[in-house]
Amino acid sequence: MAQVSSRLRVRKDNDVTQVEFVDRNILDEANIQQIREEIERLVEGAPRPKLLISFANVDHLSSAALGALITINNKVKSRDGQLRLANIDPQIYEVFKITKLDRIFQIHESTDRAMASFA
Amino acid sequence: MAHPQPHRGDRSQGPESGTLLLRNSRTEIDRAYARVLDAMSRHGFQEASAFAVKLSLEEALANAFAHGHKSLPPDEPVRLEFSVDGAGVHLVVEDKGPGFTPTTVPDPTLEENLELPTGRGLLLMRAYMARVEYEGRGNRLVMVYRKP
Repeated sequence: MAQVSSRLRVRKDNDVTQVEFVDRNILDEANIQQIREEIERLVEGAPRPKLLISFANVDHLSSAALGALITINNKVKSRDGQLRLANIDPQIYEVFKITKLDRIFQIHESTDRAMASFA
Repeated sequence: MAHPQPHRGDRSQGPESGTLLLRNSRTEIDRAYARVLDAMSRHGFQEASAFAVKLSLEEALANAFAHGHKSLPPDEPVRLEFSVDGAGVHLVVEDKGPGFTPTTVPDPTLEENLELPTGRGLLLMRAYMARVEYEGRGNRLVMVYRKP
């Protein structure tokens, strides 16, 4: 099978895995599936995963991307882990508000604040 | 004869419209967004409007391909009509599928549905658009965006 380049930039900060997106638009179904699978592999590699997803580079996302985030959140919870979202552009934050997903996700203004929130 | 260059934000210019047949290809879809968003820019729409229209179109096209064209050949195109003037954007997304009944979609903002991974497209379109209606047998989605 052809090797597909990663859609994520991943780095470890102590026991927290920080993920950033390569793409400014998270719309395309195939890309979203790849992103979800890549993040799921990161979650599966840790017993109680601490995951921080930064949206610093993201201009647009679709409801399919929200669906992927929900699936990832459920996976993190099932492994007794913690998920934080950070650096969300105000327009995209509005999408979380409209869908009421700001109730499901722990969203922080900055990477620093998100890092400080991990238990 | 050369056409005069349109000015950014010039509300006096006439409406711009077009009809595009789109296959389920990111290149074709992105090109369609560029057509619509460029026309909006020439009619003085700001970035927030571009965000709203792009998101709504993305949701409409995703539904058309994933649901409308589920049982059709993958190359079957969806038809997009757009018309932009100084007051708003009129969009029609028409697929060749059996049609869609919006009342069958459960409310994704109810507590018991919040963790379902799908079913938010229509909610988002309705949030950003002044009008969202399915016409015909439910395969023709008409959306109207009004400039704030």
